[in-house]
Amino acid sequence: MKGAFKSLAVAMAKSFVRDRATLFFAFVFPLMFLVIFGLLFRDIGTEKIKLGAYGDGAVITALERSGVVELERFDTAAAGEAKVRDGDLPGIVEATGDTVVLRFAASDQAQAGTVQGLVSGITQQLNVAASGKPAKYDFRAEQVEDSSLKSIQYLTPGILSWGIAVTAVFGAAITLVNWRRKQVLRRLRLAPIGIAPILTSRVVVTIGVAIAQALLFVGVALLPVFGLTLAGTWWLSIPVFLSGVLAFFSIGMLVGAFCKTEEAATGAANIVVLPMAFLSGTFFPIDLAPQWLQAVSKVFPLRHMNDGVTDFLVRGKGAEALLLPCGVLLGFTLVVSFIASRVFTWEES
Amino acid sequence: MTSSDVEAIVVDDIHKSYGDLRAVDGVSFTVDHGEFFGILGPNGAGKTTALEIMEGLREPDRGSVRLLGTDPFPRKVALLPRIGVQLQASAFFDKLTAREQLETFAALYGVGPARAAEMLELVGLTDKANTREDKLSGGQRQRLSIACALVHDPDIVFLDEPTAALDPQARRNLWDVLRAIRERGKTIVYTTHYLDEAEILCDRVAIMDRGKVLALDTPAALVRGLDAPARITLERGALTEADAAALPGADEVTADEQSLTITTRIPAALLTALAERGTLDGLQVRTATLEDVFLHLTGREYRA
Repeated sequence: MKGAFKSLAVAMAKSFVRDRATLFFAFVFPLMFLVIFGLLFRDIGTEKIKLGAYGDGAVITALERSGVVELERFDTAAAGEAKVRDGDLPGIVEATGDTVVLRFAASDQAQAGTVQGLVSGITQQLNVAASGKPAKYDFRAEQVEDSSLKSIQYLTPGILSWGIAVTAVFGAAITLVNWRRKQVLRRLRLAPIGIAPILTSRVVVTIGVAIAQALLFVGVALLPVFGLTLAGTWWLSIPVFLSGVLAFFSIGMLVGAFCKTEEAATGAANIVVLPMAFLSGTFFPIDLAPQWLQAVSKVFPLRHMNDGVTDFLVRGKGAEALLLPCGVLLGFTLVVSFIASRVFTWEES
Repeated sequence: MTSSDVEAIVVDDIHKSYGDLRAVDGVSFTVDHGEFFGILGPNGAGKTTALEIMEGLREPDRGSVRLLGTDPFPRKVALLPRIGVQLQASAFFDKLTAREQLETFAALYGVGPARAAEMLELVGLTDKANTREDKLSGGQRQRLSIACALVHDPDIVFLDEPTAALDPQARRNLWDVLRAIRERGKTIVYTTHYLDEAEILCDRVAIMDRGKVLALDTPAALVRGLDAPARITLERGALTEADAAALPGADEVTADEQSLTITTRIPAALLTALAERGTLDGLQVRTATLEDVFLHLTGREYRA
């Protein structure tokens, strides 16, 4: 019945919009994380290596022009060496005439290696140029990741997926429990309508809210201060996004079918969503986690939603990459919905 | 029984147990079209369970129900528009106004929003149309709840303790609403634990206790059948106890510090005698009520 579907959807949308606490947790709370982490990690990966410099010449000039180091000049070599010894600088380049000496601190081996490679590389380039012969071996460095050095690129899909997951699970679960406890379900059951308009109206409201969330989060991340850049295939993230919303809606239905009170439903929803949020790459790239944890996280729908949205929103993958995340999420939806329908009761007792 | 064209509801020997508790233990009655039928009894008497079986929400362990000629269980979609069920006063959508609640429920039955205004008028909530459900008083919520049960213009209305937990003024307001519903020709089945209220409102009442119907008739017939004496109370000092006992028809005289009570089976003669003596100051006549009927049937004082 079309009238029933529409009026239920309107009623649910009004309930949602008029509840300040729900609005806060759906929109403001995830946005806070996006803003805080976005600003906090904004400069990570763009920080330059510091290097002491004494004297001058072609090598020092080339280092300065390379743009990858920040040179700190010293009037005497001894003053610079003291700083290196204190651990304030990874090394100092002393250029006197045609001799270039790099004095480095071996305490931080990674940094020592970096500065050695850098200084020797530049010196060798200059040597080749000075010899007047063309270089025999051609060497080029190309970055394999897109611009993923910028944290906003993984933060946005992560927080977007997480925020939508939380809202969908809690919204569906609390509505179901609340309606059962308050006998709204009984009232619906006494009306000449089927389950379809009840369920679809709730799904439509959940999807509508999720779209509003996505527009807000992506919109804010696109602001110059955060600097998200969307990949060319960003629109392919929409099917992943919708499959994800359905998966979390079904989890909410299962929680709501099991729990008899709102308190129990809140607790159960937290138990489901919180571990997922931490282990699915919401707040940090899951690639940094140990192997076994990455394997464990593959059972979570949030991981697949997160990966899927990231693939298209910022990595620019092609349509063939849709299959895995959408397949997993929709399969998950079917299984969980089936269990929920078995557990569901209209009445409290 | 095939007489369901005449009767709105036929309940035939229904039973329902929850574990060891026999909530409904062999209940039978019929309700006519347009009748205001009351099921009364204390809390835990089985009223609500009986009502839920009649509404088709629960299946009886044994026995049958015919609602407008059809078995209401399992859920019959064709029957649903013809019955209206008032639910507990919190069965509303969150954060919606009184009008929005009614419009939403009306739409579930394919009824347009115009009905909402009419129902608000009927239950006297027109000025609260734009008030959110959680901002209404207890009595207003009860009335809204009844309006929701009526919004699709059903033939039979089930009301489960509509006046419970209301203050006396709110109860009386609700009585007016219930009378107005009856005037629309609806069949009303309603439960209450207020015996006085049932006496005023109902055409017939079934008195229930511990899952069984103890008596079923019009309130007046039940009281009459009790054959209980009338009790006439006078101010203390209007008459001596000896004089009172000598009056025609006086069966028994008791006195306390404030009043003197004469029990009689022929109140007309006794009242005439009192009028002749000019001793009618502060006079009260109390005849038997349904509470006395309950006491008589169960041997216990009625406690709601």
